[in-house]
Amino acid sequence: MRRYSPKDNVQKKPYYTDRYYVAPQVPKLDVESDEEFASDLAAIESKFTVSESYIQLDQLVVYIDIADNLGVLELLRDERAYTQLSELSAIDWLAKDGKFEIFYQLLSMSRRKRIRIKAYIDEAQPVKSVQSLWRSADWSEREMYDMFGIKLINHPFPKRILMPDDWEGFPLRKSYPLQGDEAASWYEVDKIFGKEHRETIGAELRDCAKVDRYDTERFSRLGFEVPKGADISGGEKRKKVQYQEDGGVFLIDRFDEEKTVIIRDKDR
Amino acid sequence: MQQTNRLRPFFENITFDRDDNELVLNFGPQHPSAHGQLRLMLHLQQEQVVKAHPDIGYLHRGIEKMAENMIYNEFMPTTDRTDYIAASSNNYGFALAVERLIDVKVPRRAKVIRMMLLEINRLISHLFWLATTALDIGAMTVFLYAFREREYLLDLIEDYCGARLTHSAIRIGGVPLDIPDSFLIDLKRFLDNMPQNLKDYEDLIDQNRIWKMRMENVGIIPTQMALSWGCTGPMLRASGVQWDIRKEEPYELYDEVEFDVPYSDKCDNYARYKIYMAEMRESTKILYQTIDMYKECVEKNETALMAHAPQYISAPKLDLMTQNYSLMQHFVLVTQGMRPPVGEVYAATESPKGELGYYINSQGDAYPYRLKMRAPSFWHTGVLTDLLPGSYIPDVVSIIGTTNIVFGEVDR
Repeated sequence: MRRYSPKDNVQKKPYYTDRYYVAPQVPKLDVESDEEFASDLAAIESKFTVSESYIQLDQLVVYIDIADNLGVLELLRDERAYTQLSELSAIDWLAKDGKFEIFYQLLSMSRRKRIRIKAYIDEAQPVKSVQSLWRSADWSEREMYDMFGIKLINHPFPKRILMPDDWEGFPLRKSYPLQGDEAASWYEVDKIFGKEHRETIGAELRDCAKVDRYDTERFSRLGFEVPKGADISGGEKRKKVQYQEDGGVFLIDRFDEEKTVIIRDKDR
Repeated sequence: MQQTNRLRPFFENITFDRDDNELVLNFGPQHPSAHGQLRLMLHLQQEQVVKAHPDIGYLHRGIEKMAENMIYNEFMPTTDRTDYIAASSNNYGFALAVERLIDVKVPRRAKVIRMMLLEINRLISHLFWLATTALDIGAMTVFLYAFREREYLLDLIEDYCGARLTHSAIRIGGVPLDIPDSFLIDLKRFLDNMPQNLKDYEDLIDQNRIWKMRMENVGIIPTQMALSWGCTGPMLRASGVQWDIRKEEPYELYDEVEFDVPYSDKCDNYARYKIYMAEMRESTKILYQTIDMYKECVEKNETALMAHAPQYISAPKLDLMTQNYSLMQHFVLVTQGMRPPVGEVYAATESPKGELGYYINSQGDAYPYRLKMRAPSFWHTGVLTDLLPGSYIPDVVSIIGTTNIVFGEVDR
């Protein structure tokens, strides 16, 4: 029986993992261990629900309800001096529990603190845009939509940003293969030649490391060169190795493969 | 019928409709002054921009996707390809993020070498900026002079790691090599000439009429806009915020060296130009200090270049060749890759362009579960949306120039 390979996460996996290996954990500290973070958390908790919070590697991580995202971030920006939104993106957990995790990475310049606000959403659940708080979220959210297909509410220009507008699929999802899917391999063929020429052109070779031994259109085997497009299913003939064209360099141009002898006895 | 007079030119067969004379200009994607593949759709009222719409993605290679399919060490050369003007700073940003995740202590000598590389990269990047921006504005001489110095620095980097553009000069846990013998002498010789070189550039353009017209009071980014758009680095410092991650959240040995953080509240192109020049002086200052720090390391006989963490980092070459267990460990680390603990990290560094952050979510696998690069140029391109309206076509070129965007980093 063929081994089952999951379709919801097609990213590269380690080929070997020790059965008894338990991955260690980056320590999560209690929020009370840092006074400033504790007061930040208290400010959020006084108005919104917080499901989990801890300090990891000197940064506060707070899990909130996604419905409160705008409120929490506004509170942090206006009352807690987190004036900059460094980064905003998502993590794909669809294979695990059908959810996306969204994170907002904030920075307070006056207090030199960094905090990460996180929330879970369902696959098709739209998210309120925070573009009204930080203009930079405009582009980050577009990128998030482009890469994960997360829909946005109240976004001024919810369009793909890095991929072409008519691209199919969302590249950073775990279910999207690294080399691209079926639609990706036809994208440029359709664009340049038109759908009606798919037969003639053939799908784009998207695995740049793939070498097909029988493909004489794109590859040739050294020492076995044949005309382009020749059928070599019956095997190809070995070609004479020619290091130089006729009249080339002294000695080398007289090299004849058939007349050379390979000396195997090193003590001759 | 239109009447011709000296003040109102008469165009045959062309009538301008007062209400609808908006022209849409496609600036790029192939434009020499766009510094890469930037397509800028500009709505124009005569010469004035009324709406700007930057369109990016022409250099998108899915680097974040590639990261999810690579072991950590494998990803290092890929980081070179983001901000390819200053490749080592990307290497460093990634290395720092992973080091925080696996909690290793980098040896002091490696830290000093890293700081040298980072500052050399900053100089390379700033010189490149000066050269290309000056060229965009028409100052060919500055371009030639600045590239001459940049070439010298590229040679230095080449002496160190063999590459000029994509260095991969930094490893997770340290640096792969010690600096070559003549490196310090060469570096010092360069640094000694640097103040005079900088003065030469400034003599050429500081008071230059064309330069000032293109720079002064052009491309004004108010502080609020800079903060809102996530501008960092020289862009933010030129808008009146004195924020430098090297100073505020020191990494490596930046808390031991003395340097100033230049900033300006003028907010315009000229302020940014001045800040780039001042930062080059500060980098020179830091590099002088790193030379002394390196000599101290040599005196104290601190030879380690890579951190000692057998679980994550291969042993030094000598051990690999003599110790059986080190070789086994090395084999596992190369074929399967290190497995950092479960957790996540966001590490921000001050790259020449601004805040370069790596967010890594590790699930204890050899492959990062999610890696997000916070590339400063991404938002420095985004800010053009709000920055360009109101300015004129010739200013667009100088504004793009001073944002110092690199498309390897914008599109990733």
